[in-house]
Amino acid sequence: MFTIRSFLIVALSAAVLAGCQTRPAVDEDEAARREAERAAAMQAEADRQRAEAERIREQEAMRADPLNDPTSILAQRIVYFDFDRSEVKPEFMAVVQAHAQYLSRNPNARVTLEGHTDERGSREYNVALGNRRAQAVRRMLMFHGVADRQVETVSYGEEKPAARGQNEDAWARNRRVEILYAR
Amino acid sequence: MIRMKKWMTGALLVLLAAPLHAQVLRIEITQGVSGALPVAVVPFAWDGAGAQPIDASAVIAANLQRSGRFRLFPEADMVDRPTEAARVNFQTWRAFGVDNLVIGRVRQTSPGNHALQFQLFDVLRGQQLLGYSIPTSATNLRRAAHIASDMIYEQLTGERGAFATRIAFINATRTAEVSSYVLFVADADGENQQVVVRSPEPLMSPAWSPDGRRLAYVSFENRRPEVFVQELATGTRERVSALGEGVNGAPAWSADGRRLALALNEGARVNIYVLDMETRRHTRVTNGSAIDTEPVFSADGRFIYFTSDRGGQPQIYRAAVDGDSRAQRVTFEGNYNARPALSPDGRLLAVVNGNDRRFRIGLYDLETGAFRLLSDGRFDESPSFAPNGRLVIYATEDRGTGVLATVSVDGRVRQRLGLAQGDVREPAWSPYTDATR
Repeated sequence: MFTIRSFLIVALSAAVLAGCQTRPAVDEDEAARREAERAAAMQAEADRQRAEAERIREQEAMRADPLNDPTSILAQRIVYFDFDRSEVKPEFMAVVQAHAQYLSRNPNARVTLEGHTDERGSREYNVALGNRRAQAVRRMLMFHGVADRQVETVSYGEEKPAARGQNEDAWARNRRVEILYAR
Repeated sequence: MIRMKKWMTGALLVLLAAPLHAQVLRIEITQGVSGALPVAVVPFAWDGAGAQPIDASAVIAANLQRSGRFRLFPEADMVDRPTEAARVNFQTWRAFGVDNLVIGRVRQTSPGNHALQFQLFDVLRGQQLLGYSIPTSATNLRRAAHIASDMIYEQLTGERGAFATRIAFINATRTAEVSSYVLFVADADGENQQVVVRSPEPLMSPAWSPDGRRLAYVSFENRRPEVFVQELATGTRERVSALGEGVNGAPAWSADGRRLALALNEGARVNIYVLDMETRRHTRVTNGSAIDTEPVFSADGRFIYFTSDRGGQPQIYRAAVDGDSRAQRVTFEGNYNARPALSPDGRLLAVVNGNDRRFRIGLYDLETGAFRLLSDGRFDESPSFAPNGRLVIYATEDRGTGVLATVSVDGRVRQRLGLAQGDVREPAWSPYTDATR
């Protein structure tokens, strides 16, 4: 069986090679090449038009997407915390719930929850604390029906402060979870 | 559940053995000892072609000065500058109140080869205490000067010196446009800085392997914390821990270098694990629902000290590595104790001690339970012991900029080291080794 197939391949190759040696066959090849080029050009144009249509559709969808509405509650993407605490405070419940609702209505949307702390205390402890804050927001999202695969978490601890300065105002702005949508 | 990937990286982030001359640590003595020993280091002679590679006597003088244990006789006031024993006039030095005298020379023995020769004299008795010739190359002359400093220090104080060791630290530069994090290794005097790794994302928690050949550290280069182990001589590195998501951090070596303690999370809880470097298997050490992090092995490797907020606020606890006995709380001073560091003999525990307004380095005597504050900054952190156990290096702030400082364990001698640019933080003092260079 195997030897027969091998024999056939060899025989066919020989036939193709033999065919190439005649002149009219070369002209036929040339015509086929031109035809293929024409088809490829048409295909490229069709692809371009499809991509353009897709782009316009996306743009329109974006205009309608409440994520891009600066007056929507979804424009609030930062949840702030008290010192050394990781509970979501009552004033941020509505924000987290709005994101939960959006994410469950848009199962293809994905977020990264970035946990941060202020500079006080040791660095690795702060990485763990930032993680606990991100996990607290994640738990609330899950509770409101967001799928596990839509949410990622990462903690930078005190390594990426949003505000400089050694005062309560700067610290308060650094103790946060940022809700970052994937583009 | 715990996945591990071994990977070697190319030269993308790793730049090794690139000395940075532009950035020099400036060293200030902020507090010294009143009963310091008066010593004179006479400028060494140079027997060789061209200019001498480094001023070895200046390196030795600066080392002794910085230790806070000596009062250096000013070079400008030296009326006599002998470079060989036969020319030393002890009367002269006695008249100036100098108790101990160092003289020496650097000899070029052949092209590229040198010898650092020095002698230490007891001026009052008119006796030689030390006399050595250290063979070295031009590039290792600075190290030879550190070794000579260690010998002089040990002869005069009775304690082992730590000048011929190294420090690792993180340098962060953040502007509106760019951020840059660099893990450096430098001589204990801040000179001879070399880049271990550079990244636009945060680098954290450098930890020396006990043989001084490798550094474990945390890198966020892949937008999540991962623990790497990098060999200093070759720059070869390996990712040793990367859980799918969350905390991978706080690496700490066991004394035999075979195990790495780590903090890993499951959801919001963070626990201590031990990674066997040979089998690459993780073993869980703590099993709480709180934050357990910043582990350090006890000297005998049987226990791990770590930070935990299981009691509501961060405190240091101790747990057995094998076995599931309850962890014991070991710190009781103040409402915040974190980031433990153990002295080489295992008797002292340095911590970050504080409240929500002020964080200072504190020292617990594990035998007596006595506690003492060592530093007086507002945001002091990351204590690390010198391998002779005499000094603690830590990170502090000077006018909003991160700088490094050392303090003797008796709290009497303080000095400050600072980079010209950016924040310097998370110092880690190397162990004693011949392989740190």
